[in-house]
Amino acid sequence: MNYTLPQIASQVRRDIVRMVTAAASGHPGGSMSATDVLTYLFFKEMNVTPENWRRSGEGIDQFFLSAGHISPVLYSLLARRGYFPVAELATFRRFGSRLQGHPSVDKGLPGVNQAAGSLGQGLSVAIGAALAKKLSGDPNTVYVLIGDGESEEGQIWEAAMSAAHYKVDNLIAMTDWNHQQIDGTTEDVAGLGDLRAKWEAFGWTVIEADGHDFTAIEQGFAEANRRKGLGRPVMILWHTDMGHGVDFMAGTCKWHGKNPSADQCAEAMKQLEETMGDFAL
Amino acid sequence: MKEFVDTGKKDTRSGFGAGLAELGNTNPKVLALTADLKGSLKMDQFAAEHPERFFEVGIAEANMVGMAAGMAIAGYIPFIGTFANFASARVLDQVRQSVCYSQTNVKIAASHAGITLGEDGATHQTLEDMGLMRMLPGMVVINPCDYNQTKAATIAAAAWNGPVYLRFGRPGVPNFTPADQAFEIGKAIKLNDGADVTVFATGHLVWEAIQAARILEEKGVGVDLIDIATIKPLDKEAVIASARKTGKVVVAEEHLVAGGLGEEIAGVLAAACPTPMRFVAIDNQFGQSGKPAELMAAYGLDAAHIVEAALSF
Repeated sequence: MNYTLPQIASQVRRDIVRMVTAAASGHPGGSMSATDVLTYLFFKEMNVTPENWRRSGEGIDQFFLSAGHISPVLYSLLARRGYFPVAELATFRRFGSRLQGHPSVDKGLPGVNQAAGSLGQGLSVAIGAALAKKLSGDPNTVYVLIGDGESEEGQIWEAAMSAAHYKVDNLIAMTDWNHQQIDGTTEDVAGLGDLRAKWEAFGWTVIEADGHDFTAIEQGFAEANRRKGLGRPVMILWHTDMGHGVDFMAGTCKWHGKNPSADQCAEAMKQLEETMGDFAL
Repeated sequence: MKEFVDTGKKDTRSGFGAGLAELGNTNPKVLALTADLKGSLKMDQFAAEHPERFFEVGIAEANMVGMAAGMAIAGYIPFIGTFANFASARVLDQVRQSVCYSQTNVKIAASHAGITLGEDGATHQTLEDMGLMRMLPGMVVINPCDYNQTKAATIAAAAWNGPVYLRFGRPGVPNFTPADQAFEIGKAIKLNDGADVTVFATGHLVWEAIQAARILEEKGVGVDLIDIATIKPLDKEAVIASARKTGKVVVAEEHLVAGGLGEEIAGVLAAACPTPMRFVAIDNQFGQSGKPAELMAAYGLDAAHIVEAALSF
């Protein structure tokens, strides 16, 4: 059965809220702000299937999640796309699970190619993977998602300089610009400032788009693809809301790393349509 | 005691450069990255012969570790080169998550380790790196003793599937191991058989231990002398066998006592066969500027101090 992107995204947000509720821990806020963009990425954009995915990325598009704490959205999308059984989502954060609190490779979860959680590292890894594709003549693309708060890490800007220096133009980097981090807004906590100006100053092509409107998302990726191969790395700044999709979770840092209560979860379920069938708990 | 002939002083980092250059011609998957230290790491020949496989990353060590991890995921074998302090302490978290926990096949080439870095002083004289690296699950730590051994270890590191930390020094030191040796990761190298005291030495201290063994033999003390080139995985069998034989163990290394080879051996022996030990290493302090030999003597890392330790039981 074919589902529309909004239908998939609705189910993914249900999965996210139910996973963190069941685990009594996890990071729903950023997972829900990145849901629409990553739903498009996994279901429309990337040249990779569960069948031909391999960790090396040889001959396929590669995705790196640098902001590893939003593992719920990654796990839900991988399961919904067919990388592993949807039922496995019930094991999130449990002892022995392949769905670790933050993504890991040591338990062999299909679709995950690098551990992430300690912030700021994934962009560098993606640059290395993109340079490897150039070396081996692989025409496919490397995608990476970083958080806006994560952009306070110094390594992000080491990587930014390096990608421009090496003209890594087979890379599409993305920032989930939801303006929230654990201790408050990105402005109040760290004065994050004008991300477009910063990335442009580092020599990147910058695209901005609404990360919750599938038409805008499609156009954003289309523009990014037009800008590939022109000697500059590409950054899409997705304008998003933390906790998007559930009214009492949206637009606040409070749900960065907090699980809903059973009552709150039930309330959230009323706002998110079940489209593909919930995983069993 | 067998004669060990110094064929001329060479720096161990040049052994790395020679090994890397050979790998460049024998293994097309080998890449090299550096953080503005191409010359210091002796990567010039590789860079000149394989410019497409050489990456100057600039003074951005954390990014270099991550880039190497990405290249390794794609099946390449990247060697990242910088000073040992910046290859370990500065990027510990990147090495932990992007390399060890992610099981990426990255080789860390760490030069200018230890007090023999000399005049630059304590900011650059890392004495903690082996401890930091050997704590990481899955990491192999190799501390070769001379040019020839370093070259062989570099080639062995490329063939090993998994992260490796290779430690080199700055100054020229005697080159005395065979030029045609095959380096076996995880294997201790017996240099002399003796019944009275065991000396385990690593890196620059191996040559000092050879001089110490000669002096001790002249005094009638037989030394079981073992080169521990692979700090991790430790050759536990060789360590336990020698300790059982002599009942007295000296460990000599250019490192802090904390986290070093001595502590590692002590842990093995405490469980298997508790043995009195002496530690020829630096205890709980930073170094300072000076000439390598003068610093080795001042901080107790030379043949005289090994002799003294061996006679102190």
